[in-house]
Amino acid sequence: MTLIAGRPAIAEAGAHAEAEHGPSGLLKWITSTDHKVIGKSYLITSFLFFCAAGLMAVIIRTQLASPDATVVSQHAYNELFTMHGSLMLYLFAGPFAFGGLANYIVPLQVGAPDMAFPRLNALSYWLYLSGGLIMIGGFLTVGGAADFGWVAYAPLSNAVNSPGAGPDMWIVALALTGFSAIFTGVNLVTTIFYLRAPGLTMFRLPIFTWNMLVTALLILIAFPVLTAALVMLWADRHLGTHIFEVSGGGVPVLWQNLFWFFGHPEVYILALPYFGVVTEIIPVFSRKPIFGYRGMIFATISIGALSTSVWAHHMFTTGVVLLPFFSLMSYLIAVPTGIKFFNWIGTMWRGSVRYDTPMLFSTGFLIVFLLGGVTGIFLASPPIDFATHDTYFVVAHFHEVLFGSAVFAGFAGIYYWYPKITGRMLNEKLGKTSFWLMFIGFWVTFMPQYLLGLHGMPRRIAEYSASTGWTTLNRISTGGAYMLFLSVAVMLVNFWVAWRKPVPAVGNPWDGHTLEWATTSPPPSHNFYALPPVRSERPVWDLNHPNHPTISHEDHKSSPEKEPAGAVGKVADGEQR
Amino acid sequence: MKVEGKLLLVIAVFCAGIAAIYWFTGYEDGGTVMLIGTSLLGLLPASYYLWWAKRMKPRPEDDPNGSLEQGSGVIGAFPHSSIWPFVFGLGAAMVGLALVFGVWTAIFGIVLAITAVLGIISESRRGGSI
Repeated sequence: MTLIAGRPAIAEAGAHAEAEHGPSGLLKWITSTDHKVIGKSYLITSFLFFCAAGLMAVIIRTQLASPDATVVSQHAYNELFTMHGSLMLYLFAGPFAFGGLANYIVPLQVGAPDMAFPRLNALSYWLYLSGGLIMIGGFLTVGGAADFGWVAYAPLSNAVNSPGAGPDMWIVALALTGFSAIFTGVNLVTTIFYLRAPGLTMFRLPIFTWNMLVTALLILIAFPVLTAALVMLWADRHLGTHIFEVSGGGVPVLWQNLFWFFGHPEVYILALPYFGVVTEIIPVFSRKPIFGYRGMIFATISIGALSTSVWAHHMFTTGVVLLPFFSLMSYLIAVPTGIKFFNWIGTMWRGSVRYDTPMLFSTGFLIVFLLGGVTGIFLASPPIDFATHDTYFVVAHFHEVLFGSAVFAGFAGIYYWYPKITGRMLNEKLGKTSFWLMFIGFWVTFMPQYLLGLHGMPRRIAEYSASTGWTTLNRISTGGAYMLFLSVAVMLVNFWVAWRKPVPAVGNPWDGHTLEWATTSPPPSHNFYALPPVRSERPVWDLNHPNHPTISHEDHKSSPEKEPAGAVGKVADGEQR
Repeated sequence: MKVEGKLLLVIAVFCAGIAAIYWFTGYEDGGTVMLIGTSLLGLLPASYYLWWAKRMKPRPEDDPNGSLEQGSGVIGAFPHSSIWPFVFGLGAAMVGLALVFGVWTAIFGIVLAITAVLGIISESRRGGSI
């Protein structure tokens, strides 16, 4: 049952070859505590939630395609946009990154045999799955699912305005997934602090792992606040307290303070991992080390730190927040984000850039996220925010930011690590088709929404009259949404092709730099047959290109004449390019 | 250990500073309380790490020239498979649903969860050092 793992010494290939014992089939997926199996479960589950939430978005856009439409009832429309937001944010974007990608990749990148607490890791997954099913299960209740928006503002979310089991199930589900996130956060921090390979100092960690570390710390800061707020909401709904009720002396805006103290770090919990994905992909496909390694880490830490002090920029229009303070702090976030953009471009600059699908998606991310970020700077200004806050301008802004990170960068991550995870390559042609459909569809969907916002179309309305003149722009936006749907369908076809007609992947198909590429695809039980020596932030590159070793940033000033690090021979099948 | 400790210290110092500014300029208490809480959240583990960093020699992973031989040997126990996380998750989900559909039914979930905790403990004892 319990397997004690040692660190593989170099000549010890095949030491764990016997390790694939234990149950098989469905029982394997239920009982496994292997971070790779759990990571795959997370990836598949969150992708399914993404597809479900995407279908809801398609219904929403169909409803809005024509004035006075009756595709769904107003009540159903409220349920749909609430669940679309909840599924995308709580069950897809976050868990896909810190449950799926991080779970799978971080132990590999630090050279560990597993996560620090394998059974806690499994528990995280089961809490996440049950939370997700309970949230979706709200649709089966008599009153329908929760319909107060993904932010559940008081007093709309109290027992009078939102009665029934659906909202209660939403609250319970969120508490369960919140605990799942906290456990994953603890697991990630411990893994990164205690299970690194010898020589892998903190300032040699891949940026993806650094970003996941900061994300995990943000999870530990933010999610307990959300859980506390949910308990208070529960008490208001069922135990007769008046924490968020004016009638009993409570303060409704306290909910917003609590929620956004969670909610804004949450936005960076959703974004930082995807910054990390892109930071892994760009150097590999530019065949250069990352430009400004320490600057990247500094930027990540500053974004994380600042995110704890900007929560009320979501609440400018409440009129009871400290406008100058939160406006200034929100502007400040543009600085580290700018550093990141500068470094990403600096990495590509004069590199030999190869536009394979992961790189295409990463470049798409850069463009999309930049535009989303720039409109974010508009919104950090209170006068502009007052005018646009409740309009489609904000909808377009946060879709640009979140779609840019979670979907463009997330799909880049899927294309980049799919060979490592499954041992199979995805089809490049289908991948590129999917990218262009998505890239064009994205602009067609969301640029009209900026304009709609400026024309005054409010958020969360189920119908509008033709006299408003919003019809054409809404039609265009809906057309774009169908293109996005098509693009995801192409991606699913790509998975199907890879499943039916597998093209085997070698250990290191992209000439990657970091430790996950030093093992086979997919990695064996407990991950490594052999570890290369770690002398810089890209050990596998040093091993495969002994004539061009990375000059470690610690040694930049002292000694450029380093002996080649690759004395041990090739790892996996690295140098096939 | 030092870098890890300092990283956590950043949280503590930053949030303490922001809490001070917010307390003197804002007119809302909740935010100050949460910021102070966050500061303490950083301070507690940071002091632990820094306390140890002073008292132990650098680990192989903190040594830029650390060799694989230094890090060889047993690094921990990693169970290969276990049914108990699933049972505990099922119990937790049942408790959650009980809160919605009738609190007394939580008893079934609690029984499952306790069984799972006992199962995990006995598994750890049988399996050796964790």
